[in-house]
Amino acid sequence: MTPQDPLLTVRDIAVHYGDRVGCEQVSFDLFPGEVLGIVGESGSGKSTLLNAVSGQLLPSAGSIHYNTRLSDVREIYEMSEPERRFLMRTDWAFVHQNPRDGLRMGVSAGANIGERLMGVGWRHYGEIRGTAASWLGKVEIADDRMDDTPSTFSGGMQQRLQIARNLVSGPRLVFMDEPTGGLDVSVQARLLDLLRGLVADLNLSVVIVTHDLAVARLLSHRLMVMQGGRVVESGLTDQVLDDPQHPYSQLLVSSILQV
Amino acid sequence: MEMVDKQSYNFAYLDEQTKRMIRRALLKAVAIPGYQVPFASREMPMPYGWGTGGIQVTAAVIGPEDVLKVIDQGSDDTTNAVSIRKFFTKVTNVETTEDTAKATVIQTRHRIPETDLTEGQILVYQVPIPEPLRFLEPRETETRKMHAMEEYGLMHVKLYEDISQHGEIATTYAYPVEVAGRYMMDPSPTPKFDNPKMDRMPALQLFGAGREKRIYAIPPYTTVKSLDFDDHKFSIQKWEQPCALCGAEESFLDEVILDDHGGRMFVCSDSHFCQTRQDEGHRGEMSPGHPLQKREGVQ
Repeated sequence: MTPQDPLLTVRDIAVHYGDRVGCEQVSFDLFPGEVLGIVGESGSGKSTLLNAVSGQLLPSAGSIHYNTRLSDVREIYEMSEPERRFLMRTDWAFVHQNPRDGLRMGVSAGANIGERLMGVGWRHYGEIRGTAASWLGKVEIADDRMDDTPSTFSGGMQQRLQIARNLVSGPRLVFMDEPTGGLDVSVQARLLDLLRGLVADLNLSVVIVTHDLAVARLLSHRLMVMQGGRVVESGLTDQVLDDPQHPYSQLLVSSILQV
Repeated sequence: MEMVDKQSYNFAYLDEQTKRMIRRALLKAVAIPGYQVPFASREMPMPYGWGTGGIQVTAAVIGPEDVLKVIDQGSDDTTNAVSIRKFFTKVTNVETTEDTAKATVIQTRHRIPETDLTEGQILVYQVPIPEPLRFLEPRETETRKMHAMEEYGLMHVKLYEDISQHGEIATTYAYPVEVAGRYMMDPSPTPKFDNPKMDRMPALQLFGAGREKRIYAIPPYTTVKSLDFDDHKFSIQKWEQPCALCGAEESFLDEVILDDHGGRMFVCSDSHFCQTRQDEGHRGEMSPGHPLQKREGVQ
């Protein structure tokens, strides 16, 4: 794989729920180290698209090719299910809006982080614990909370724990569904700062769905604006936000509250 | 024309079609060691949790020539063991025994006999919850996928939790095992003390879960490995004192509270094993005739 090759190639994806359209005619490329933001209002098909692209929802049409570590390009829904699940829990990561969807609430923070490691065959308790501790440090959770369950954590801590749990396996591609939704503004800022640092340090490729244009502005390099299941505008983030061309993008940008 | 024939139960209570259905499930279970085979579990004349799965398996494999032993927590004389033994006496009229070596079919709740089992014997376990991943992953659809794809990392999460909370693997019963290098299996709530006995056992081991409608099996001489970490190895329970009645040092001991002043004794949970040793002249410190006892028959 050369740096010019896209990591993820999506062509003409469509998801139909019976007669209703989830999303339609969506195509994009995602390059290594790139952050792609998907913005749009509720019901515009953002999450549907993210689920389809991340291997969790079989699309009605289109193709999704992923450049695997073995340097061969594979269509993700043509892989066998074990292959796809292995990919999803090693090379990929998915950060849910609600940390309860992405964490095991009944086991300790350390075990939450260690699960992916044990899933790929780590069998040395000391090493698993050491790695978990170092990841807790990276997401700014104190060492002494390692043996506490996530249910005793604040919302912001749970979200940071979910990120650590996902990144411990060294994924190259991360999907995020409104990672800052439901957090108050100061916690959001801290989380965004952390995410931006991790994305840059680890050279992650990210597809991030958000309705918050400020989040998109801070994190993403490129932006796609969705409306009614279709991409109405795409381009560099600053370009789309500073000079929106499509009437809906203009509406979206102009509806940001000014304090 | 004998009236008694019309009025009595079919041999081993279940009708022949049901026994055939269970035998088919058993054959599949033996062919895929450790794999949970669904079967159409029947209502039995006792409540779920009393061993309805084990009884159906026993009923499907027992023949008129068999000799049956039933144990509950290792003991031949507790309620569960006595009622199941009576049940089979009534519906099969087979010979029953407390002698482990003499039995051809042994139905057990929560123990494996101390006496080594041999080829030709069948050990039937009563299983309450057959799914080892259940408490970590409540969705049946998901656990089935995890078995199919051999995704067993989650099982180690439980052991990890044990060590992080207790400093050691604190799971002492229903300790997860890997069967024949493939399937993760719950050995039913037997103490982990018995796990090493399952490995390469010459007898056939059958597991029946009545409420959960699952059957699984370990064929003779199959590898059964208890899970562990490289730096926290699997180990079995140990006691600081021998059995108070027979002096055995290598058996699984039950703690018995004697009074409300902290008095207690440790005795073999396998009642037949303990009695045999006492008959052979072995004495523990609380048994009559031991030098520590001042008089005969001390309680």
